[in-house]
Amino acid sequence: MNKESKIATPTDSEIVFGILNNSESAIKRLYVAYFPMVLQLIINNNGTPDDAKDIYQEAVIVLYNKIKKGDFELNSKLKTFLYSVCRRLWLKRLNQMSRYGGDLKDFQEYVPVEDEVEDQNERNLQFSKMQSALGMLGEPCKTIIEDFYINNRSMQDICERFGYTNADNAKTQKYKCLQRLKKLFFQQK
Amino acid sequence: MREEELLEAIERYISGNMAADERRAFEQLRLQNSDVDQRVIEHQQFVGLLKQYGERVELENRLNAIHSEIDVHTLVEEATERPVWIVQLWRNHHSKISVAASIAIFAILGTLFVAGSLSSKSGYIELRREVDKLRTDIRGGKYRNVGQIAKPAVLSSEKYRGTGFAITGNGLIATNFHVIEKADSVYVQNAAGKSYRAKLVYSDPNSDVAILKITDTAFRNLGPVPYTFKKSESDLAESVFTYGFPQDSAHYDDGRITQQSGLNGDSIDYQISVPLNPGNSGGPLLDSRGNVVGVVKARLTQQQGVYFASKSSYLLAALDSLAQDSTIRKPILNSKNTLSGLTRSQQVKKLRNYVFLVKVYAKN
Repeated sequence: MNKESKIATPTDSEIVFGILNNSESAIKRLYVAYFPMVLQLIINNNGTPDDAKDIYQEAVIVLYNKIKKGDFELNSKLKTFLYSVCRRLWLKRLNQMSRYGGDLKDFQEYVPVEDEVEDQNERNLQFSKMQSALGMLGEPCKTIIEDFYINNRSMQDICERFGYTNADNAKTQKYKCLQRLKKLFFQQK
Repeated sequence: MREEELLEAIERYISGNMAADERRAFEQLRLQNSDVDQRVIEHQQFVGLLKQYGERVELENRLNAIHSEIDVHTLVEEATERPVWIVQLWRNHHSKISVAASIAIFAILGTLFVAGSLSSKSGYIELRREVDKLRTDIRGGKYRNVGQIAKPAVLSSEKYRGTGFAITGNGLIATNFHVIEKADSVYVQNAAGKSYRAKLVYSDPNSDVAILKITDTAFRNLGPVPYTFKKSESDLAESVFTYGFPQDSAHYDDGRITQQSGLNGDSIDYQISVPLNPGNSGGPLLDSRGNVVGVVKARLTQQQGVYFASKSSYLLAALDSLAQDSTIRKPILNSKNTLSGLTRSQQVKKLRNYVFLVKVYAKN
């Protein structure tokens, strides 16, 4: 698998355009191409394959968002960027676990990515708050909110799924759910 | 405007589903009413976050799906750094290697210990004479006097020989502990070649002193010993001599006190330059005025001319202990020295009757 992926390492522009065009295969090729590199970094620096998976997915998400936002400047290779983000994330993780011996074994060159990692951290915090708020919301609110705001379903669909007699009832219900979600979200520290 | 209606309006405004005039009116309201404006922004952000959250969850699921297709195990094998073979060997087998190394170390230490190399007394040999050796030497034709081969006893045979000297005329004999250490029975033989049975009455392995008592009924009192025992320490460079039985007949040798302490600073001993050989052990060390200053006992094998004698004060201490530890009364030591003023050869002639060959019999 590794050898095949090495042969078929996609070019950076292929990936960038693929992601911009929501190509499923582009992200897969990206993922497969650079995972071994990150795995090598993590497991040779006190990590497990599961750590590698967490860190790498986080980094891929950073890259994905950066490309989607359209401000990805190709001033470094995707590979270098991914490696740098993973390296940064792993350093932070090691520090949190007090497992950092002060000496990270490097396998690639890297560039400074502190800002990206900080942004990502901020966003992760928001998302985890949202996740727990949604978790606490309960049904049917959770599904209504997810269907409407995330899955972009129409109120008509939602009415039918939950058996509301008219759209107004459903709207009132959705409104109440949203208010509660907001309350739950902002309550969290 | 009710809350719910406001929210609906905001949603329609954000999604761009408002008719042109309604939109204008709403924008007007936003400008006038900062509260409404705030609500719009807040809603926009919150819904945006909700949407991003949804996208994130979806992206994570996609990545997980991709990840599940990867053969992580094989990659781990490949990504693990292969250290050089010696490090790998160490990592895989370090416990075995450690055990082997410890065994090797123990074996070496054990061998050295058994061989005596680790002892602080390396090269220090005590000078009793082993009779078996003597016998082979005689067979080898080194000695003519074949008639003096020790006759083996029934159960035990003669094993070692040393020298002893009379402390008192009534048959108290001083020798070295190492001479009689393994004895079943001990005989002392005088200059005339007559043997008397003796028993051990006191020994002190620490100062290497042993005291024998002649128990043989054939033994007649020797008369007062010609020498006295020196209580104080002798000076460096003092001229000393010994008389003993490194061979079957009495042997004289002299030298000087070369150091007032023994091996490794041992205060029990003198170092002397009197040549000693196996068999000399237990013999008296006398100074030129005929005082017993020590008991000769050992030499170094690795250095030439280094010999040892224990100081007479330890012999005297042993005599004190003897009185306490046994039924024998404290011996009254001769205080009249009849050797002083005599020439060396006259002194030695007088000594003859008071120095014995100590024969030690032990089981084979």
